[in-house]
Amino acid sequence: MSTHALPVAAATVEDDVSARIARLDEARRTPLLHVDGLWKVFGAKSDRIIGTPDADLSRRELMAKTGCVVAVKDVSFDVAPGEVFVVMGLSGSGKSTLVRCLTRLIEPTAGQVTVAGQDITSATDAQLRDLRRKHVAMVFQHFGLLPHRRVIDNVAYGLEIRGDGKAARRERAQEMVDLVGLSGNENSYPDQLSGGMQQRVGLARALAVDPSVLLFDEPFSALDPLIRRDMQNEVIRLHHEVGKTMVFITHDLAEALKLGDRILIMRDGAMVQVGRPDEVVGAPADDYVRDFVSDVPRSHVLTLRWVMRDPRPEESLEGPVMGPDTVVKNAAHRVLASAHPARVVAGDQLLGVVDREDILRVIVAEESP
Amino acid sequence: MTAVAERPAAPAAPEPPPTAQQQQRDPVRRTGVLLAAILGIWALGWALFKGTATLPLGRATLTDFQRSLNDLRDAFDAARDSNFFLETVVGGASDGLEALVTAAQNLLSQPAFPRPVPEIGWLGVLAVAAWIAYALAGVRSTILVVVSFLAFGVFGFWTESIDLLIITFTAVLISVAVGIPLAIAMARSRTVTTVVTPVLDVMQTMPSFVYLLPLVLLFSIGPSAAVVATLIYALPPVVRITAHGLRTVAPSTIEATTSMGSTRAQLLRKVQLPMAKQTIIVGVNQTMMAALSIATIAALIDGPGLGEPVIEALQTLDIGTAFVSGLCIVIIAIMLDRTTTAASERAEAERRTAVHDPRRRRAALIGGGVVAAVAVYLSRSYLWAADPDTLPDLGRPLADAVGSATEWFTDTFGQLTGAIKDGFTYGLLNPFQSLLADSPWWLVAAALLAVAFLIGGWRPALTTAVCLAVIFGVGLWQDSMVTLGMTLVATVLVMFLAVVFGVWMGRSKRADTALRPLLDAGQTIPPFVYLVPALALFGPSRFTAIVAAIVYAGPAAIKLVADGIRGVAPTTVEAARSAGSSTFQIITKVQLPMARGALVLASNQGLLYVLSMVVIGGLVGGGALGYTVVSGFSQAQLFGKGLAAGIAIVALGIMLDRITQHAAARQGRR
Repeated sequence: MSTHALPVAAATVEDDVSARIARLDEARRTPLLHVDGLWKVFGAKSDRIIGTPDADLSRRELMAKTGCVVAVKDVSFDVAPGEVFVVMGLSGSGKSTLVRCLTRLIEPTAGQVTVAGQDITSATDAQLRDLRRKHVAMVFQHFGLLPHRRVIDNVAYGLEIRGDGKAARRERAQEMVDLVGLSGNENSYPDQLSGGMQQRVGLARALAVDPSVLLFDEPFSALDPLIRRDMQNEVIRLHHEVGKTMVFITHDLAEALKLGDRILIMRDGAMVQVGRPDEVVGAPADDYVRDFVSDVPRSHVLTLRWVMRDPRPEESLEGPVMGPDTVVKNAAHRVLASAHPARVVAGDQLLGVVDREDILRVIVAEESP
Repeated sequence: MTAVAERPAAPAAPEPPPTAQQQQRDPVRRTGVLLAAILGIWALGWALFKGTATLPLGRATLTDFQRSLNDLRDAFDAARDSNFFLETVVGGASDGLEALVTAAQNLLSQPAFPRPVPEIGWLGVLAVAAWIAYALAGVRSTILVVVSFLAFGVFGFWTESIDLLIITFTAVLISVAVGIPLAIAMARSRTVTTVVTPVLDVMQTMPSFVYLLPLVLLFSIGPSAAVVATLIYALPPVVRITAHGLRTVAPSTIEATTSMGSTRAQLLRKVQLPMAKQTIIVGVNQTMMAALSIATIAALIDGPGLGEPVIEALQTLDIGTAFVSGLCIVIIAIMLDRTTTAASERAEAERRTAVHDPRRRRAALIGGGVVAAVAVYLSRSYLWAADPDTLPDLGRPLADAVGSATEWFTDTFGQLTGAIKDGFTYGLLNPFQSLLADSPWWLVAAALLAVAFLIGGWRPALTTAVCLAVIFGVGLWQDSMVTLGMTLVATVLVMFLAVVFGVWMGRSKRADTALRPLLDAGQTIPPFVYLVPALALFGPSRFTAIVAAIVYAGPAAIKLVADGIRGVAPTTVEAARSAGSSTFQIITKVQLPMARGALVLASNQGLLYVLSMVVIGGLVGGGALGYTVVSGFSQAQLFGKGLAAGIAIVALGIMLDRITQHAAARQGRR
């Protein structure tokens, strides 16, 4: 019975994945967040560098020549409504600066940021404040909670400063506390909570203002590995429940692959690659990214699209039908159990086939690199 | 001799580059050798030229410059009613402050004409104070306040105590009202910080005693001058500490709240001020203690309060009265310190315990308020509740007892204390003082410049040159050298104590726990009070002033050294121990060298504390500049000389501060 039930469920998930990819690709034409040619250069007279040949120098050369440091170098991307967009890079790659430039917590040197059609880079202080109060909320690595306020008042802070009434903000804050699983702790002070719980407060605080975009700046880097995993699952759950658009900064590739619809990899402030997780792992843009993803269990990320091939003439076409966005790991069981190669089908079109050997090649390759 | 000693300093090109170890050790050793050389030359010069060109000045003699200061004072006095600035601005401020203080006095401490007693008598004042203490700090503080106020009454210093509190609180309120906005501006703007910080530095490093005289020029003598003097000294702590508290609010929190769209006002009101609240209360506490210490000394410029009976008793060698009035000052210090500390701790604790029942507290507050109101009513209606003289008098018997105990002590141990005093005076103080004060001025100046250059570099040497020129210019060279000698000797002793006790406390947790409260208490007591026991033991002399200075400066220096020793990385100490070092080796080869920065800082602080106290020691036979300042207060024709002495003290203070600061900065770089 169970062997029969499983394929059905899996097929639904696959369809969901493919449909989601297609929907996001479509939605990206009218992006919620649009970043175009964004630069941040720290140092004196930093604005004079962009557009000159100096801008093409490496970070170290520029530092030596002008004393300026390029933190973000000509970054452009679009984020679709409802998408989880992960920015990944090592420390010093400029990712935290990038996310701060999105709401001008750090003033960008050049470029344009648009949120829901509103140009952030030219917004006045009042417009910017309005944007921060209603449309974009942020979760921080070190939480940034107010130690002198109870959990519930921390969560209500954003509502309080924009002038919501006391009863309304109480109610909303309580909802958020419940949503992130902190019921019963609303009257505690932040320092009475564990790190994971404090970050839940940070999450609730960000969600309370019902923003259209959530920014996460390495929110789980300060947490223990087990708690980090819980929190990642929490974010996935919340994303399912509230469907917010998210920009997520991390230095942890596993986290990026787990959460992201798409991933932007940064190095020394510049974009190296943007793509879906399977694209990053399956087709690294350069040696840097290849080196980066070399330890990733490929079967957990690559989809059948990356391992399928054209059917050989003599091959049977009676195997099970699967979607191209099925992750190899999830397909393995059925492909290995089947006597015939699996068919990879999108709609009613046959894209290719996958047999046991194709699957095993992926799995074995990652065990003996 | 110099030539020989300096030769290694000259750049010798052909020599091979020294090894790393040589480079590290050489400067220290070379400085030592050069210092010894300077001292040697100095001693030689002293032997040759002793007693010549020492620039002495007779007690009643005034130089032209000092006379011109007298004229300046007269000009100020004459212009007080005609000059716009003096009449309207200064006069207005002065009248306002005086009216404020007088109103408070009529209400609380002095007979309010036509009443023979204040509007509110002792019982009412006590009850209201207790009620405020209960509202702000809690039950323990209430008891402390009640006992303290009763003590003022039974010791016979009710009026003086309340007057001192009035001056202190007036200054503190103004300090807070001015200081906190200023601190907010400093926390927000780098420019404001750059402008204000050096001003605060000067306000704090100047020996408190000194700015009383220039204030007299502007404000004449009396309560308003006392309040302004207190204000100047009390303002820096609250500004500094508040600005520090605001600036150290976690940047991640600021960023997070900014990212949510807080305005600057919201940021300040909802984030920065609440998070810095405890630090701010610490600042208010510091300001209050500073205010108290100056409000006491302000008795010299006719400021009302407990300082008056102390000074009077000190000058008439009435140890008993000095003791009792000094005790009242100590009681006030402890009361204020404990109450403000308790207030800050309570604010924190109350926030923590969510179970607290606000209704019960409100009932208790209302009940207390009713009791206070009844007490006020009684104190307005019945003489027994109004006049503190109706309380039993313990002050006189206590003063007599202390007086006779002191007499007995000096009779019994007089030889011993005398021997200590003489041994110290003839063995250490006199030779050193003679070196400074009996050498020709040009020799001393050259030696001081060389020392400043050697341990601090060319900048402090330049400052030293300017300061010495000022001292020379105001015509008090020999007096200044005597004061400098006393200061240096006392500082050496302070540092000796600081190293001994600091090392002990730094190494033993138990010693630290036992001593630290004592040292903390020692620091809260106004310095003035230390003169009393010193005078009781040693009679009026230079040594007495030095003893008081050591007692005053000791706690600060000891704490700095203890913290420095404790700050040495435990792993380093462990490594030294595992290498087989003895305890003595660990102290001398690891902990003290690594705490060198703290030692230099301690000597900097020690010097400034000692200087300010040595000057106050002029009241108990310290002589020299301190005496000159005191006589400037009491004798009109010596005003100019006193003011000149004040200038000389400031010059000495700046010189010592700059030299040690730069030495400390050098240590930091090493």
